[in-house]
Amino acid sequence: MNNDLLSLARELVAALEKGDEAVADEILDQVAGVRETQLFKEVGRLTRQLHDTMVSFSVDSKITAMAEHDIPDAKERLHYVIAMTEQAANQTLTAVEDLLPVSDELSTQVNQLAGQWNRFLDREMPFDEFKAMSADLSQYFNQSRQAMDKIQAGLNDILMAQGFQDITGQIIRRVIDLVQDLEISMVNLIKISSRKVSANAQTPAAHHELPGPVVPGVDDREGDVATSQVDVDDLLSSLGF
Amino acid sequence: MRILIVDDFSTMRRIVKNLLKDLGFTNTVEADDGKTALPILEKGGIDFLITDWNMPGMTGIDLLKAVRSTPNLANLPVLMVTAEAKREQIIMAAQAGVNGYVIKPFTAATLKEKIEKIFERIDG
Repeated sequence: MNNDLLSLARELVAALEKGDEAVADEILDQVAGVRETQLFKEVGRLTRQLHDTMVSFSVDSKITAMAEHDIPDAKERLHYVIAMTEQAANQTLTAVEDLLPVSDELSTQVNQLAGQWNRFLDREMPFDEFKAMSADLSQYFNQSRQAMDKIQAGLNDILMAQGFQDITGQIIRRVIDLVQDLEISMVNLIKISSRKVSANAQTPAAHHELPGPVVPGVDDREGDVATSQVDVDDLLSSLGF
Repeated sequence: MRILIVDDFSTMRRIVKNLLKDLGFTNTVEADDGKTALPILEKGGIDFLITDWNMPGMTGIDLLKAVRSTPNLANLPVLMVTAEAKREQIIMAAQAGVNGYVIKPFTAATLKEKIEKIFERIDG
């Protein structure tokens, strides 16, 4: 470019010295042409930069969408997590509170009977007392059978209560993904505002393609989810199940 | 009766395993996603499959499709136990050939009912 300009300048000087105005004008046009090309290139570059910035900015306008929609949803989801963990804890505590007296009573009765039984084995028990103990034993068997049923049911309640860990775990994972998305968008926004737009901005974290656990008040707004097992059964039976 | 339980949450596998034990099914195997479940199924000897849907690696719906397209597994009874509750998903699972669908959180009675229903249909 510089060499071109230099030779053009020399030719211009030569033409002017010769007084050849036609040639001199032509050379001047050529010089102006070189300048215009550079100017167009620069304008082109600036335009592209502006375009990229606008595109990046519209990508990050999803921060607005997050603030309006996803963040309140995330709050609802986390409230649901608190509600579910509280429910599971209460279910477990209730079962334990109900079962402790049952096992206490069984333990007291069995200790009492064991004492009597030992007296019988040591042949220290009169016949009348033995008859009473037999009746006590029969009663104890009946009571312990009922108590064992209660304990079984309570243990099952405790077992089922632990299902919260799966559901809340899935919900919390989604909220973590949202926080990560938000972080990436914020970083991109900072990059733009400091005029360091990278051509390929970081892609947001992979979204779960699956809808996941239904959070009441958040995921059931559209009416396209089954909110209970009855709903599922109805839908399946409508499909011929 | 040998039952394979597939779920990425170990707590849920334990719950299902204990419920099955309560129902008299003590012979269970566990896997944490479709990828690890499939080789167990292909080895043979599994009579019933209980699977979650949303799992890393290979999802339950893909596992179900793989099972149905494998000749010696095609008739294996499959119960899906999942938090996925969109109507279109339930329809998708039905079309893929699921034998039962239970949404989480579920009760012991629901699981029992669905398992019994599946066995009734197989026996009948």
